[in-house]
Amino acid sequence: MIKLLSGNEALALGAYHAGVGVATAYPGTPSSEILESIARFDDVYAEWSTNEKVAMEVAMGAAYAGIRSMVSMKQVGLNVASDPFMAASTTGVNTGLVVVCAGDPGIHSSQNEQDDRYYAKLAKVPMLEPSDSQEAYDLMAHAFDISERFDTPVMVYTTTRISHSKSVVRVNNERVVPVNQPKFEYDVQKYAMLPVFARIRHPLVEERLVKLAAYAENCPLNQVIWGKRHLGIVASGVAYQYAREVFPQASFLKLGMTHPLPKNLIHSFAEEVDRLIVIEELDPFLQENIQAMGVEVGGKEFIPRVGELNPNIIEEGARSAGLITEASFKEKVETTPELPRRPPVLCPGCPHTGIFFVLSSIGQRSRLAKSKDRTLNESPLIVTGDIGCYTLATYPPLSTIDTTACMGASIGQALGMEKAGIDKKVVAVIGDSTFMHSGITGVVNGIYNEGQITIIILDNGTTAMTGHQDHPGTGVSAQGKETQKVELESLVRGIGVNDVKVVDAFNIKALRSNLRNSLDNPELSVIIVRGACSVRLPTRSNPGVIDMERCNLCGVCLMLGCSAIQKEDERLIIDPALCVGDACTICQQLCPRQAITSQVTTTVEEA
Amino acid sequence: MKKIDLFITGVGGQGNILASDIIGEAAIKAGYDVKKTDTLGMAQRGGSVVSNVRIAEHVYSPLIKEGDVDILLAFEKLEAARWAYFLRNSGLAIVNDQSLPPLSVSTGTEQYPSDDKIIGILKRRTDRVCFVEGTRQARELGNIRTLNMFMLGCLSPFLPFKVNIWKDSIAERLPPNLRDINLTAFERGRKEMRNVHV
Repeated sequence: MIKLLSGNEALALGAYHAGVGVATAYPGTPSSEILESIARFDDVYAEWSTNEKVAMEVAMGAAYAGIRSMVSMKQVGLNVASDPFMAASTTGVNTGLVVVCAGDPGIHSSQNEQDDRYYAKLAKVPMLEPSDSQEAYDLMAHAFDISERFDTPVMVYTTTRISHSKSVVRVNNERVVPVNQPKFEYDVQKYAMLPVFARIRHPLVEERLVKLAAYAENCPLNQVIWGKRHLGIVASGVAYQYAREVFPQASFLKLGMTHPLPKNLIHSFAEEVDRLIVIEELDPFLQENIQAMGVEVGGKEFIPRVGELNPNIIEEGARSAGLITEASFKEKVETTPELPRRPPVLCPGCPHTGIFFVLSSIGQRSRLAKSKDRTLNESPLIVTGDIGCYTLATYPPLSTIDTTACMGASIGQALGMEKAGIDKKVVAVIGDSTFMHSGITGVVNGIYNEGQITIIILDNGTTAMTGHQDHPGTGVSAQGKETQKVELESLVRGIGVNDVKVVDAFNIKALRSNLRNSLDNPELSVIIVRGACSVRLPTRSNPGVIDMERCNLCGVCLMLGCSAIQKEDERLIIDPALCVGDACTICQQLCPRQAITSQVTTTVEEA
Repeated sequence: MKKIDLFITGVGGQGNILASDIIGEAAIKAGYDVKKTDTLGMAQRGGSVVSNVRIAEHVYSPLIKEGDVDILLAFEKLEAARWAYFLRNSGLAIVNDQSLPPLSVSTGTEQYPSDDKIIGILKRRTDRVCFVEGTRQARELGNIRTLNMFMLGCLSPFLPFKVNIWKDSIAERLPPNLRDINLTAFERGRKEMRNVHV
């Protein structure tokens, strides 16, 4: 059968057909759709775990118990999961364990740019890389086979451009490999990593790496494609596709297995070509490893190590390195002159907008931004932020997030600022899913160490930014089953927080008075701001309408940063196609002249 | 067949990703190799969204090079201007005559470009520029969200797929209660192009 599949869909289907029985993940762009796709199969157990570390541990346990397992995450997710990942490498896996890690060159939706291929080297595990959806589908069977044959977790490394591109895939119609019966073989020397046993395992890991290097020499995922011999290119992943297009004449060593590398194959390829280069995204991972074999190879002198590659960038680099002639190089086209940018914004009706407006006004952000002789340093509030849609409140006009580091960091950072002795109120803001992921330990730490910060949990009842995945607070599993719900307010009270408030995200007065009250409390306080994500509203009705007789263009409503409120010439309008109406009404509550009212219309069903 | 490189641009929420998916699926049905990739920011709605769709006997890179795009299908005017530099010389631009001002325009820090400026930017690459009234037509149909299928209708005469392949691909991707209205939008788009010579 022929299908148009994204890389993520293909990885999931490949794993399914290869007999995966347990799949785990925490959502993260660009990896989220892998678990979403696999969760649709009833004969696989699929879960959203609370975070990547737990996801890795669950998959590890399932592999120990005889079931082929897969865990998927984004590149920074492997930072979180690195502890059990290293442990899984040490113990080995019994049954196949595949770790899918999705990198994000170009930082489309991440907090940093890092090359996770080094994790394969650090953990001494094999790594496979697809260069399109067909390969993503095909290599899953290899990944499970390698994992079982060499008793090791296998890392599958993909990137945003592979995970989120769709291409043609020929697929099987059924599961080729049957799922095993679960069985755990008791063996403390293998599974209980006391120092005495870990010392036995380490040499076995080193031996395994030698065997894997021998396997790599004949691995069917590594291919030589002969063209002219003046130029030999080593490439993997999407960089291979770009390179094929820029150098249609060259010879290629296309690597589908990028750790450990096939030393003999690389040496013999290098001997056959006049000049050898590597085309790879981010760090010179392949290049340095090939150089360490004593092979003369170039690449990063003219291919950038920052950002996502594309055929234009490679072509320009190739020209600077004299690899393509001036004649075959097409002049760079003139780019478009300055146009208004269109950065991502909080959606109309977003339940985060109200609380950030209140934080902005209490923190005097917009007043300070407009003032000529004052700066943001005079704001009476510091707001530490976290990872989620609400990070967008960093942009004007809300301008109300001062730090963003990694999942859960807002709470620890806020406490650190307080303990440093800063003479301002410090507020941490964190989403519900992020709080479940890694905010809880921060609250435990804050209570134990007698913090005085205010923590705002933005509870929109979903993991919105990555595409609305469920989490422990929603009470619905990855496979759509009703399950035990972890209630945020009981959780924080159970930790020992006395001052816990739950406030309606769409009530500006309540948000303001509760926030002021918490800021005045010398104890650590938690405010749960609750309101449904507007993208998931089943219906919308009665959009706002601005009475231009009353409106004096004061611009308060524009300070919300709501994209439904637009300025056309010298009048303000609300786009009825964007406004969520009764579900929000925040602009109506704010307007000092009561110029915004609800326009009574019929209810519109969302598609 | 000669390769066809398509750029579909718009604002998050206008349905351009579904449109580019349907082009990809139609391409497979018509027997071509196809790759498509979407470049979008972090948010669900409101950001600039670009899809690259490449159709040929064999496609390597999912990304199209600057200056190589054969057809630019823009759901919004500012986004048409923003990505015009990807068009090849004398490529075709089909532009929905709608402006969605970004936040910076509403708050007064930036200005939305005039129609003359937008046309000027497009004309630097090509004279084959065609404005269509997709938003008005979708509104007339009673569902603004049919804009994407109207735009596919406008595109359809320029791709080598039979009309039934288009319709099957659309029907497969939409829930039964929305099929008819979207197929009508597609027909209207197709009809819109009958009198256009570009």
